[in-house]
Amino acid sequence: MGGIGLTMRWLAEVHVALRSGIADPEGQSIGSALRALGYPTVSEVRSGKLMRIAFEADDSDAAEAAVEEMCRRLLANPVMETASWELRADEQQDVEAANP
Amino acid sequence: MTDAARAPRVAIAVFPGTWSERDFAHVVESVLGWEARLVWHADDDLGAPDAVVLPGGFAHGDHLRTGAIARFSPIMRSVEAFAVAGGPVIGSCNGFQVLTEAGMLPGALLRNDHLEFRCEWQSLRVERPGSCSVWFGDMADGDLIRLPISHGEGRYVADEATLDMLERDGRVVLRYADADGRVTDEANPNGSQRGIAGIVNERGNVLGLMPHPERASEAEIGGTDGLRFLRSLERWLQEQPAAAERRLSSG
Repeated sequence: MGGIGLTMRWLAEVHVALRSGIADPEGQSIGSALRALGYPTVSEVRSGKLMRIAFEADDSDAAEAAVEEMCRRLLANPVMETASWELRADEQQDVEAANP
Repeated sequence: MTDAARAPRVAIAVFPGTWSERDFAHVVESVLGWEARLVWHADDDLGAPDAVVLPGGFAHGDHLRTGAIARFSPIMRSVEAFAVAGGPVIGSCNGFQVLTEAGMLPGALLRNDHLEFRCEWQSLRVERPGSCSVWFGDMADGDLIRLPISHGEGRYVADEATLDMLERDGRVVLRYADADGRVTDEANPNGSQRGIAGIVNERGNVLGLMPHPERASEAEIGGTDGLRFLRSLERWLQEQPAAAERRLSSG
C-alpha cells in the first residue's frame, strides 16, 4: 500500500452472484419458502454473498484497482460467479461500525 | 535394491480440515504395501513422490468456496509443478474442488441441486479411459464401477464450450450412472451437467473425481473398485522407465 500520511481508509461492499444461467438451488429454495409464507407473487430469488472489506489505499483509483484485484484473485470464481462492488471512503474506521 | 525400494511412493496433501488422508494412507500402506507420506499444506516439499493425492474433506473449512483458499497453500505450488512435469495427481471430492479452483482442471463444483449432502454408494460409468492411462489403464470403456460419494457440493458446472471440448477430447472419464450403466437424470446424485463425475487434464495425468476410491478398497467394507485407480497407477509407473529409474535410485 501507499506511503505514510497519504493513505486513506476505504470500505468496499462486494457482491458476488452466480452467473445467469447457473442454477441456484439455494435461491430456488428461498423462493419456495417465501411463496409458502404467503408471497405468491415472488417469481425468482437469486442468492449470493455480500462482503464488507475495510482497507487502506492512497486514493480512489488505487482503492478501485485493489478491489478489482481482490475479486479476480479470490473473492469470485469467474467460472460461475460475477462480482460487483460499491466503494466509499470509510469515515467510520471499521467494518463492525458500518454494520447497521 | 529391495522390493520395498521399488514400492511406489505416494504423497498425500493435508490441509486444515482434510478428512480422507488417513483412509488414503491406509490403502496405500496397509492394503497395497506402498509408501505413503502425509504432507502438511504449509510444506512445499512433496518428497519426490511417484504420485500425489489431494484427498477429501473441507480444506480451510471450505470458506468462501470449496477449495478457494486451499489453492493458495504453499503445497499447491509444488503440486502444480509436479503435474506440469507430467506427474500423476488424483484429487478426490474436496481434492477435485481444489484442482478446479487452482485452474488445474476446468469448471467448478457447486452446491448439489437438491441442497442435500449425499453419502451413499454410486454407480459410475467409465468412458474413454485411454485418455488417462495413468489412472484408468486397468479399466475399459463402458466399465461400470461402484464407489462411495460423500459431498454437499459436487454439481459439476462449466460453460457449454468447455463441456463440448471435454467430451470431444475424451476428458470426461467418469459419469454418474444407474446400476445398468445408463447415464440418466435419476442416477445423477447432484445435478452435475451431463452427469459428469470425473475429468482429466489435457495431458491425462491429473484426475479429479467426486467419488472416494479410498473408501472402496477392501471387500470387507463393500467393494474394491477404488483399488483399480491405484492398480492402474502401478502399471503405468512400471511402464515409465524414468519413474522406475527414480524409484530405484532413491530407494
